[in-house]
Amino acid sequence: MSASKQSYDPVEVTPLHPEEVARMRDEALGAIAKAADLDELKHVRIAHAGDRSPLALANREIGALPPAARADAGKRVGAARAAIAEALRARETELEEERDRRALAEEAVDVTLPWDRAPRGARHPLTTLQERMADVFVAMGFEIAEGPEVEAEWFNFDALNFEPDHPARTMQDTLFVAGASGGEDSGVLLRTHTSPVQVRALLARPLPVYVVCPGKVFRSDEPDATHSPVFHQLEGLVVDEGITMAHLRGAIDAFIAGMFGEGLATRFRPSYFPFTEPSAEVDMQCFACRGASVEPGAPPCRACKSEGWIELGGCGVVNPWVLVSAGIDPERYSGWAFGLGVERTLMFRHGAEDMRDMFEGDIRFTLPFGMEV
Amino acid sequence: MRVPLSWLREYADLPPVTPRDVAEKLIGVGLEVERVQSVGHEVKNVVVGEVLEIEELAGVKKPMRYCRVEVGEHEARDIVCGATNFDVGARVPVALPGGILPGGFEIGVRKAYGRMSEGMICSARELGLGEDHTGILVLDGDPPIGADAVELLQLRDDVLDIDVLPDRGYCLSVRGLAREAATAYGVGFRDPASADLPAAEEGSYPASIADPTACDRFVLRAVSGFDPTRGTPLWMQRRLTLAGMRPVSLAVDITNYLMIELGQPIHAFDGSKLHGEIVVRRARPGERLETLDHVVRELDPDDILITDSSGPISMAGTMGGLSTEIDDASTDMVVEAAHFSAAGTARMSRRHRLSSEASYRFERGVDRELPLYASAKAVRLLAELGGATVLPGRTHAEVDTPRTTITIAADHPGRVAGTTYGRETVVRRLRDVGCEVDGGDTLTVTAPTWRPDLRDPNDLAEEVIRLEGYQKLPSVPPQAPAGGGLTPGQRLRRRVGQALAAAGYVEVLTPPFLSGQDWDRLHLPPDDARRRCLEVANPLSEDEPLLRTTLLPGMLRALLRNVGRGFPDVSLYEMGLVYLPLEGAPAPPRLPVDRGPTQEEIASVDAALPDQPHHVAVVLAGDRVPAGWWGKGREASWADAIESAREVARAAGVDLTVSADQRAPWHPGRCAALVMDGQVVGHAGELHPRVTQAYELPARTCAMELDPSRVEAATSGPAEPPRLSAYPVATLDVALMIADDVPAADVEDALRSGAGELLESIRLFDIYTGAQVGEGRRSIAYALRFRAPDRTLTAEETTAARDAAAAEAARRTGAVLRGG
Repeated sequence: MSASKQSYDPVEVTPLHPEEVARMRDEALGAIAKAADLDELKHVRIAHAGDRSPLALANREIGALPPAARADAGKRVGAARAAIAEALRARETELEEERDRRALAEEAVDVTLPWDRAPRGARHPLTTLQERMADVFVAMGFEIAEGPEVEAEWFNFDALNFEPDHPARTMQDTLFVAGASGGEDSGVLLRTHTSPVQVRALLARPLPVYVVCPGKVFRSDEPDATHSPVFHQLEGLVVDEGITMAHLRGAIDAFIAGMFGEGLATRFRPSYFPFTEPSAEVDMQCFACRGASVEPGAPPCRACKSEGWIELGGCGVVNPWVLVSAGIDPERYSGWAFGLGVERTLMFRHGAEDMRDMFEGDIRFTLPFGMEV
Repeated sequence: MRVPLSWLREYADLPPVTPRDVAEKLIGVGLEVERVQSVGHEVKNVVVGEVLEIEELAGVKKPMRYCRVEVGEHEARDIVCGATNFDVGARVPVALPGGILPGGFEIGVRKAYGRMSEGMICSARELGLGEDHTGILVLDGDPPIGADAVELLQLRDDVLDIDVLPDRGYCLSVRGLAREAATAYGVGFRDPASADLPAAEEGSYPASIADPTACDRFVLRAVSGFDPTRGTPLWMQRRLTLAGMRPVSLAVDITNYLMIELGQPIHAFDGSKLHGEIVVRRARPGERLETLDHVVRELDPDDILITDSSGPISMAGTMGGLSTEIDDASTDMVVEAAHFSAAGTARMSRRHRLSSEASYRFERGVDRELPLYASAKAVRLLAELGGATVLPGRTHAEVDTPRTTITIAADHPGRVAGTTYGRETVVRRLRDVGCEVDGGDTLTVTAPTWRPDLRDPNDLAEEVIRLEGYQKLPSVPPQAPAGGGLTPGQRLRRRVGQALAAAGYVEVLTPPFLSGQDWDRLHLPPDDARRRCLEVANPLSEDEPLLRTTLLPGMLRALLRNVGRGFPDVSLYEMGLVYLPLEGAPAPPRLPVDRGPTQEEIASVDAALPDQPHHVAVVLAGDRVPAGWWGKGREASWADAIESAREVARAAGVDLTVSADQRAPWHPGRCAALVMDGQVVGHAGELHPRVTQAYELPARTCAMELDPSRVEAATSGPAEPPRLSAYPVATLDVALMIADDVPAADVEDALRSGAGELLESIRLFDIYTGAQVGEGRRSIAYALRFRAPDRTLTAEETTAARDAAAAEAARRTGAVLRGG
């Protein structure tokens, strides 16, 4: 007694009429479109896509149709249900996005609020500048040599060809360490320049020697805008076979290119240092105005004080007597040395105007420099 | 050294170029021209006038004249004048209306004392011609009326201010500078030192050199009948003034003038005040001398003296004595020009803290030939300008001194410069500086007597290279062998600095000078090693003569400065050397310089120096985290100070453990010893309240100080990564009750070792004190994480490991498992 065997008039199965299927589909699509939120959509889903929905019920009637009509009706109902499922998916995505938008909008904050809880730190620009200057030479293959700040007079003066009573010795305003008797004749002092490291490097290292020596030096200068009893120098030293002033000039050109940019001219002026002969002062063309500020009517230049040139430091050919004091044969070896002031470099490179600011420890001076200069 | 350009031009045939050009040329040959001062260029409309009539004005408190002055215009001018040192017919300088005097002072027509004054009759000072303002300047020798007085009196000049380096003593003179300028321009030079010398060598005033190491040439010339009323001629006053010296009196001005022109210091004695033979010798014990500056000086046996039978009369080449001084009645003079030891005068000048124009020159080397010529010029000027009679003869004591000859390869200058000059150029340039040159490929060079600095081949090389132009030096890039980069210690110090800055500390560089009071302010015990420090013999500030053995005092001052400037929340760090003297360090030996020192000699020098380790330290006060919209702030505390040491340890890749310690200047209950690899490397914590008080610091200021070289020693080679287990982690907590005085670090150590190999990590997450745990006790809770490399741990395994950890903590520290 199977239902399929019963004989029905197909016209009798109203829900499967094409018009009826279309109507049910459109009704469902209308309800989906009208669903205002996910809850409503849930009810719509049950009503129009659930097991008891009109189309689901109609689907059950297909079996009642004559076999020739079944395929057609099945296709019709299937297409309608697929359209409804697709509409439900689309509407659901739409409503979910809307819900999320609302919820996240409620969680919005003022991202511009300050969060300055962690204290800011900084390295001292003299430290970072000194590192940067040394690194230009390190990149050329130089090594960094260091030496004591409380130094023997022999290293600071004698070995550097300062004769005992020569005015060059007194020019340096030395701070002496008191000996047992309290006097200035202890033979120990606060080094007045980084040059004693030259001698130490020559005594301690195998030849050839290519070193830079950055460090603190001391003079009995009253502090003012351009003087400090403690300041920093960077010294360079090369001792090798066949070294000439041309190598010195090349090294300084390379340093300037690495530190201040390519294409800056240098100017060598004769000078005097006991530990170099010949000696020179070296100026470089101003990296800021490139000399333009000296022209009449040109805007003033802070870096070079509108002189077009900046004094970089002193240099020269290592005096053969220095090599002798370090036990090196001056007939076979020669060298060059240069020295420059780190504070002065900070002043012209960064526009720092008062040297005292560098040593007071005021955080306002140091903070803007951050971690590197 | 200030030198008027007109004076240079007198001896060097300079082309008609600007003063700036001369300066540039001199800079090019190595003279540091600091500035070029233009003098009198603004002066205009000053003419020669003749006084026609003088009317003495009545009814005025001071003498006042109304003068009619012919100035070469269509009509004479009427001028009010306050001076009375002139008569009708005098020729005087007149600044006309519209004229300008030195300093930009403008002259106009104005009403004075009821009369119209059409200009100004000028004094020497008003024209910038010296100091004389006692009356107006009456012009000698009938200059033409209406002539330009600016021309006539040479009011316009340019002064080069040159910083002469210590090897260029000869440039402390017009003679030396004119020679350099002439060479730089390649023009003619006339030596101002040329003078006729008396033929005979018979004595003028008896003198001898007793110490040949003190003086190798001593010349005396004598004059009589000098007219002490004679004034110094205007031109000489003018040049002295421009050169920066004050005109004094004719006799003194002549010696000063010649010193500037020639570079030879000259001293004139009043001949009537001398007694017996003059002897140049060193001082004898107990001798003293009152010098011209009215200071009685105790003389040192090393001092070089000019003496007569009365004793010392002058400190040689430094300053004369008062007893033989020229005064305004002196008529007989003995003029001394000598060549004293450079080192000897330098030592004497330093010893007596007495630097004079003379000693400054002798220290830097004076031409040994000059005394003969300078003394001749001096007596000639005393005769010409002072009406004196030059007495015949000359005293000349001398010590035979050979001239320096230097042997140099003709191509040596080129090899030093890195270029080629050619023999001819080298010889020509050496002759330009005054050398006598002989030889072919090897040159024998005799340096000129005014260049005692030329002693070595490289000295001659510099002369050639500078005169050929430093600007022509080629540039060859350096070719260093491959370097090793930074040392581990250098890299570590950079990382430490970066880590502390990243952690919010601002680096400071404080001066290393401390006061003895700092030790007391830090509450260091009397026997604390940090009190043993070096002292500066000549400190900048008498209050701060000591060299630091700790970074803290300088940093605390910097911290206080920031607080005082309105920044109460400060965290600072510093890295720098401290100086720790070695007990019983000997004085360093003075090693020779004519050979390299032996290893033993270097060691003996280094043994005299203090130990100088790097230290790194932080100080902090105020809020470490500020209060804000997020809530309350957090004060900087002992824990931050210790954490800063952990930053250092992390930067070094070293484990840091801390233990309670007591050490000044820290709070005895809030001080941690910082331990790395079993070594105490420093301390951290809160400062002792009395230290805070002594430095007037904010309450609860904290600090850390350690020695990073010891940190470096604790580093243990390259790190190896652990094998990463993919099995799950098991976490168990343990709460322990311990006595208050048991350090948490000990408990953690015990837990760690009791838990065994399965323990992955341990973390203290809670501390509880209160009634529940009882007086003198606290409860601390740890989270333990366990993981095995090869399996998922069972609950039994994990619990057993936790219980073993607690048992070990109980055994070592008396900890009691809570709720267990």
